[in-house]
Amino acid sequence: MSIIVKNISKRFGSFVALDDVSVSLPTGQLTALLGPSGGGKSTLLRIIAGLERPDSGSIEIEGTNATNLPARKRNVGFVFQHYAAFKHMSVARNVAFGLDIRKTPKEATAARVDELLRLVHLEQYAHRLPSQLSGGQRQRMALARALAVQPSVLLLDEPFGALDAKVRKELREWLRRLHDEIPVTTVFVTHDQEEALEVADEIVVINEGRVEQVGAPDTLYDEPANEFVMGFLGPATRLGGELVRPHDIEVLSHDPGSEFLPGTVMRTTRVGFEVRSDVLVESDHFTGVVQCVATRAEARSLKLDSGAQVWLRKAPGSTSVATDAPLSAPNEFPFANYTI
Amino acid sequence: MVEKSATRYVLRFAVIVYLFFLVGWPVWLVGQHTFEQGLESLRAALSDPVVVFSLQLTLAVAVQAVLLNTLFGVGVSLLLARYEFPGRRVFSALLDLPLSVSPVVVGLALVLVYGPRDGWFGAWLHERGFDVIFSAPGMIMATAFISLPLVIREVVPVLQERGIDEEQAAASLGASPVQAFLRITLPGIKWALVYGVVLTFARALGEFGAVKIVSGNLEGRTQTATLLVEQKYQDFEQSTAYATAFLLAAVSVACIIVVTALRTDHSSTKARSGT
Repeated sequence: MSIIVKNISKRFGSFVALDDVSVSLPTGQLTALLGPSGGGKSTLLRIIAGLERPDSGSIEIEGTNATNLPARKRNVGFVFQHYAAFKHMSVARNVAFGLDIRKTPKEATAARVDELLRLVHLEQYAHRLPSQLSGGQRQRMALARALAVQPSVLLLDEPFGALDAKVRKELREWLRRLHDEIPVTTVFVTHDQEEALEVADEIVVINEGRVEQVGAPDTLYDEPANEFVMGFLGPATRLGGELVRPHDIEVLSHDPGSEFLPGTVMRTTRVGFEVRSDVLVESDHFTGVVQCVATRAEARSLKLDSGAQVWLRKAPGSTSVATDAPLSAPNEFPFANYTI
Repeated sequence: MVEKSATRYVLRFAVIVYLFFLVGWPVWLVGQHTFEQGLESLRAALSDPVVVFSLQLTLAVAVQAVLLNTLFGVGVSLLLARYEFPGRRVFSALLDLPLSVSPVVVGLALVLVYGPRDGWFGAWLHERGFDVIFSAPGMIMATAFISLPLVIREVVPVLQERGIDEEQAAASLGASPVQAFLRITLPGIKWALVYGVVLTFARALGEFGAVKIVSGNLEGRTQTATLLVEQKYQDFEQSTAYATAFLLAAVSVACIIVVTALRTDHSSTKARSGT
């Protein structure tokens, strides 16, 4: 285990950011700290980096107790959401900063900077100022700067949060490939479940200052420990006493008899290749709005339109979590019966 | 459109007339009086050892006050921008006091504390052969006091806008707090600091009230240029007074030009960088 977090608690005034968090992050892997904003994941990352002091608990990095070490002695690379580029230095000086501080010989520094700039595809920008780069380029520069000192762990705080959707997608694929090339233990914070599922080897779901679940992306998606994880790692809707993924709901246009619950389609929305529909289910033991997803072809053959009668059930063998969450009432959808 | 441009011309004219009568004409007349007999009065003034001494003293006092205020100002700016502590707002408000209190009051207050006979601390110092009032230390203190907030008010907003991400990045790359300050913070606040220093310097050169009280205005010993201008004027040595006043004004104008140049330079780099 590369990073061992033990019983960390942190408060800001009366706000509890982290409540007795313990988690171990494996060596050489890409781990995502996933959770909603204000859930404590960034605080945990900053505590690991030494940029924030925990109120209690301990941090161990690569076998050394780092709890009382200042940030500069932890040998941790840190990448900030807003890049934290040294604005008055060229890209090359930025990347060389950590090496300069360590008094690395000039030739060695120059060689290492060249190597890293090639790695992040910024070799032709070496003499530009950060202000002359795009957001994605600045973040790659920040990554090269953090990697220059060969940190034992690399920490990224919402590294792609300030970038637009397309660049974000490119960069996370690139980060994944980079990590396969340089397998340094990496931890990144994100509130984007798709990003976590796509990039990470392991995901730690954090909510309200507590760890909800730790596991591989598939495990979390297929076997969520609770309602929160189920709801956060993808869409979920309530059918009967369970939370189910909308695409795991079987929809029929005729009454097949037992197991299925009858409902009326309230509205449908087409998003690209899929059709999302809200179905008002009214039966003896369950009344509420259920969200279903079908492909366009399925929707067409089922004649899914507002007002249509359908029968629903959870597809056998699909993921579900028992719930007692309040039902979404029909009147929460003011645009019901309105077909887009 | 026609109306609009007419209003604009009227306003422009009003501003120019106002500035002409308030600033332009009086300053122009100082220059005119100085050069009435060509360079003669300037040469006469600069060959008067009392004048030369006063100019040197002014410069020495101003430079030392600027040094003090730069060191203190940067420290206090970091404190105000980076730390939350009880009484921070009161402290911040107190720092503006020197700009609002009359310099004469500042001079009197310093005499009360450091006066050689009655000052509660000055008497003790006087017994040990160290005089603050009627000598250089008091003049430097008075000058530093009245120009105290100028550096701080320039640097604090820049520090607040910058945040501490860059310093934290430097720390995670192994920089000690001193290294982070010298390599990251200082270059970041450089222009604001230079701007504050130039303002402080200009203000320090022109200080009159506080210095008059603490210096004792001893000719050739504690008489600064501004004090000399007043005395020469009252002694009917107008040409010397005007020549010295002209020199002081010229330095101030030079400071304003430097500041203006820095300001446009600084704001244009800022506009270019974006975020």
